[in-house]
Amino acid sequence: MAHEETVYDALGNAQDDHGHWAFGTGFDEPLAGVDTTVPEGIGPADLGAYCLMLGDDALVLAQRLTQWITAAPELEEEVAIANVALDLLGQARLLLARAGSVGVLGRSREKATDSIPDEDALAYFRDPDEFRSTGLVEAPNGDFARTMVRLLAAATVRLAVFARLRESRDPVLAAIAAKGVNELAYHRDHAARWVLRLGDGTDESHRRAQAGADAVWPLLDDLFTATDVEARLTAAGVAVDPAEVREEVVSVLTEVLERATLRVPEWPADAAPRGRTGEHTAELPELLATLQGLARQHPAATW
Amino acid sequence: MSSTDVTSEGGHGAVPTGPEVPVETKPAASRRDWPLYEVFVRGKRGINHVHVGSLHAPDDEMAVHAARDLYTRRNEGVSVWVVKAAHITASSPDEKDPMFAPSGDKVYRHPTFYEIPEDVPHM
Repeated sequence: MAHEETVYDALGNAQDDHGHWAFGTGFDEPLAGVDTTVPEGIGPADLGAYCLMLGDDALVLAQRLTQWITAAPELEEEVAIANVALDLLGQARLLLARAGSVGVLGRSREKATDSIPDEDALAYFRDPDEFRSTGLVEAPNGDFARTMVRLLAAATVRLAVFARLRESRDPVLAAIAAKGVNELAYHRDHAARWVLRLGDGTDESHRRAQAGADAVWPLLDDLFTATDVEARLTAAGVAVDPAEVREEVVSVLTEVLERATLRVPEWPADAAPRGRTGEHTAELPELLATLQGLARQHPAATW
Repeated sequence: MSSTDVTSEGGHGAVPTGPEVPVETKPAASRRDWPLYEVFVRGKRGINHVHVGSLHAPDDEMAVHAARDLYTRRNEGVSVWVVKAAHITASSPDEKDPMFAPSGDKVYRHPTFYEIPEDVPHM
């Protein structure tokens, strides 16, 4: 009988366990009921390192997208970009927490106090050389068209990996991937819609979208080469060999760009992993300085 | 300025567009060209779509996406409708009394003389 007069009525009555008013209802805890023991035969150090790779990609791209807040071309799009960034931040949190839970914390604990949770220690108190994100997500945003082309490429790669990761032998990775697939499908869809509209839009939007694609494509060169960690974990049924998603990524990106009347830039030859082994451009330290500055000046601050 | 120089942008207040109003030069495809959409969301336990607000979008598809991003961020909805505000025909405030006053004293139109069985939902 409880017919809602407005969809927002339910919000006003929603409370969490502590009696605080809470937005929304019916949120699912993504890892509720998931067994967090590391399956037999898997090296915790490898598992943690792999979680850092996936987590850092999400964390860094979230930070890049956040740079659009207050500067997006339209209010509606600003909220959309913020939603994407928050999804990625959520993925980063789960992945970094998983890395911490298997003891992979790098040098972060040298700076982070005990009261700081693992995922925060990893996000805020690791130095750039300890990050495992790829150059694709580290590169500056450029204009809106380039930002959307990069998001399209990054979401396409990540969705292809996460879709396969749902079968991972690590139940935590499998659960994180299952949750992330829906988010990433939306990110890819959103970016693709913009690339279609910009590519097949005005002369100026076409020019900018093409320039964006030309700038982003060289960054795809080291995405499809497995690190030793990924190779070992793929053999153990835990990770996804990035080479395995290459064909799907090429096919999706080619289809979107062609439909957007854009010229598909020449695919770069596969290169050895750079970001995944800690080799970064000068852009990452700059980005991390913004991301980590507050937490380092006021450790364990709350608000 | 006469009243004909003023257009209303979907109920958000009159926007003066008369020739004497200085208008910033903008590229052709500016936000001013994006139509206004009204957004309707059906909540998880709701059975009907309810008006929740409005937004600007370049086309219908992007309007649905923007509606999802703006109005269902906190787990509110399971379905979204958008409709161009220009396609809504509304009653005029001037006609309020002729439109609605006649039903004000027709209490017998309410089904208050029936017992509603417990198992009839959504009443």
